[in-house]
Amino acid sequence: MTASVTELRVTPEDRRVAWLATAAVALSLVDAAIPSPLPGVKPGLANIVTLVVLIRYGWGTAVWVSGLRVLAGSLLLGYFLAPGFFLALTGSVFSLLVLGVARHLPSRWFGAVSLSILAAFAHIGGQLLLARLWLIPHNGVFLLTPLFAVAALVFGTINGLIAAKLLSDTPVAETTR
Amino acid sequence: MRWLAYLRPGDWLVMAAGAALVGATLPLLWQGGFAERAIIRQDGQVFAEVDLGSRRDFAVPGPLGTTLVAIEPGRARVVADPGPRQYCVRQGWLARPGEIAICAPNRVSVQIAGRTRAYDSLSY
Repeated sequence: MTASVTELRVTPEDRRVAWLATAAVALSLVDAAIPSPLPGVKPGLANIVTLVVLIRYGWGTAVWVSGLRVLAGSLLLGYFLAPGFFLALTGSVFSLLVLGVARHLPSRWFGAVSLSILAAFAHIGGQLLLARLWLIPHNGVFLLTPLFAVAALVFGTINGLIAAKLLSDTPVAETTR
Repeated sequence: MRWLAYLRPGDWLVMAAGAALVGATLPLLWQGGFAERAIIRQDGQVFAEVDLGSRRDFAVPGPLGTTLVAIEPGRARVVADPGPRQYCVRQGWLARPGEIAICAPNRVSVQIAGRTRAYDSLSY
């Protein structure tokens, strides 16, 4: 007889987080496959999932999905605990913090696009800060800020539009798998 | 436009604010000024300091041989160097203030300077 069996209870919430994180990981793989002219300028497609989760299931679920995505994505792409991992982590933490505040904006006026743009700027801001403090301790890092800012605005808007479309296309009941 | 339907009034506001932020960061691209002079050093001593205005070539003697430096309007580079690894040659054109190519074996360096002398950690 086994002395004790640790029983893992899997709640529907756990399954949902796992499914959504899987989708996010898949999108980060797509992201990594898109060639980029400058390291750091990426569409950040996985953030579409984060946005949809945030708006539909709340901030806590978004944190889980985003965290799992960074962890699993880095393991799959082979940069776990490399500088790129900490950059991704910092970007995610900053954008989640901003999203945690921004989601209280009146939704009649501010939609997914607003959240997406704010998160994109927080993401790149956090990454630049980490790069300046840790990776390249020189103000030269900030020379490229305008390019990153343009990318944040453009991709933030596009991702926000896609998230808004997904949210309006799928009724609430359908996505609660 | 179908996609415009997903934008709410505040979204336009955030987009405008984002665009303003991008505009505010644009001057950073010109931080440090424009490339105006090239400073060629040999063994730490200034060998030549030239305006990046015209086309000129320099032959800088060093312990290993001669390092060839080419100056063109707005840019400079090391053309040839007797060093074994050729790092300074492969660096190519230098066009921004603060950029530097160092041919360590032959003790030659080429640095670009703007109007204001921008110090970096190498200067200390």
